[in-house]
Amino acid sequence: MKLDDVPQDKSRSFEGQKKRLYARDENGEYTTALSSGWEAEDVVLDQAVEEYNRFTREARQRVQQGLSSPLEYHMYAHRMDITVLAQATGFFRWQVRRHLTPAVFNLLTPRKLQRYEEALQMTPGQLRTLPPEDEPQND
Amino acid sequence: MTDFNHQQTAHCESGAVAALLRHNGLDLSEPMVFGLSSALTYAYIPLVKMGGMPLLAYRMPPGRIIRGLSKRLGIRFHFERFRRPEDGTAALNKYLEQGTPVGLQASVYWLPYFPENMRFHFNAHNLVAYGKDGDDYLISDPTFEQPVRADTAALQRSRFVKGMLAPKGLIYYPEDISQAKDLTAAIPVAIRSTANMMLRTPLPFIGVRGIRHVARHMEKLSPANEHYNKLLIGHMVRMQEEIGTGGAGFRFLFASFLQESAGILSDERLAKAADQFTDAGDEWRRFALYAAKMLKGRSELDYDKLATQLRKVADMEQEGYQMLLALKSG
Repeated sequence: MKLDDVPQDKSRSFEGQKKRLYARDENGEYTTALSSGWEAEDVVLDQAVEEYNRFTREARQRVQQGLSSPLEYHMYAHRMDITVLAQATGFFRWQVRRHLTPAVFNLLTPRKLQRYEEALQMTPGQLRTLPPEDEPQND
Repeated sequence: MTDFNHQQTAHCESGAVAALLRHNGLDLSEPMVFGLSSALTYAYIPLVKMGGMPLLAYRMPPGRIIRGLSKRLGIRFHFERFRRPEDGTAALNKYLEQGTPVGLQASVYWLPYFPENMRFHFNAHNLVAYGKDGDDYLISDPTFEQPVRADTAALQRSRFVKGMLAPKGLIYYPEDISQAKDLTAAIPVAIRSTANMMLRTPLPFIGVRGIRHVARHMEKLSPANEHYNKLLIGHMVRMQEEIGTGGAGFRFLFASFLQESAGILSDERLAKAADQFTDAGDEWRRFALYAAKMLKGRSELDYDKLATQLRKVADMEQEGYQMLLALKSG
């Protein structure tokens, strides 16, 4: 990559940040240059973020229909899946999967709930409810 | 307060290690740190899944750069991990009070200064803490332009997440750099190690064989699973291009290391090899470009075209590693 080819596509994901890349100057010597982002990279980043957003939206519907516990929504809203949430809480995956059903979730002991509260950094109230639709909760 | 010379680098671990060494009086460039630790690789491990996607790596696992460099140069690093988060925070505070900047491992997701779209559950990010101001830690994060800050609760949280590559509050710093070996001896060993790994690892999914393995896998993707296939292709490009690769899956970083080594060893052949890996890096970028166009729907989803491009990269890299192995006999 030559210095002139260092992409400056002003990626939204960077939020004004720039990253440093290695490229060659006109003499072929390596140096570093700042890049404001590359469109190709943006495409794949958006794809990954959108996949979690889609899971989150679908989970919200299932919670509203009474098919899932709010935990499923919060898991995806935190860009986690069952594996990551299990690792973060120390539960087994089959336990987490059970906790995603409303009947089991509603009977969880405060001690078990606390492990989720800690892993997701949420208050007991937040964990048991869905956030309002217009304020997507990402953290 | 400790003065710390913040420099933005392409990759977090090589950047943090280079920064700590520089602070202690050993000035090595980021590409030199990356190359000396033989950190370049290609690995595709379908058995290990991350977020439903096979593990794909263009560099060695986290921790390799620190360990590899200490082995090659004979520099001792001090490592500490903690069972209890409070102990980890207390130890960090103690080092900062003594005026010792330290390297930390942390989760990207819980670091407050990361842009929203960059926050994923990657637990092996590296950064340097060099001071404290009230409740804020002063942080030199190698992937950011300026020094940043994180409050005590957030930093402790991100240093003690559980799960894959859990940091367990890792703190590290170079202990003794006075015995650092000569670069002229260390460079050839490091280069040979990388070339051997990429050409001679007896596993079909590591090194140049790994690239060809993925090319075959691309051709065999069933058009019926288009959604998953697109995610997989996006995942490949993300691992290749996201912050901390220097672009093109670390290949430019490696080429820069070869070029610097050519100067140190006065060996024209290394400069030629640097050209070769620059070209390979450019072809990796072309792969990313094709993939992004297909994902956006601007060109037709063509698995064969992607496979062909991967084979082209594999051929160029193979030639490059062979050039590097031939150095020994010269």
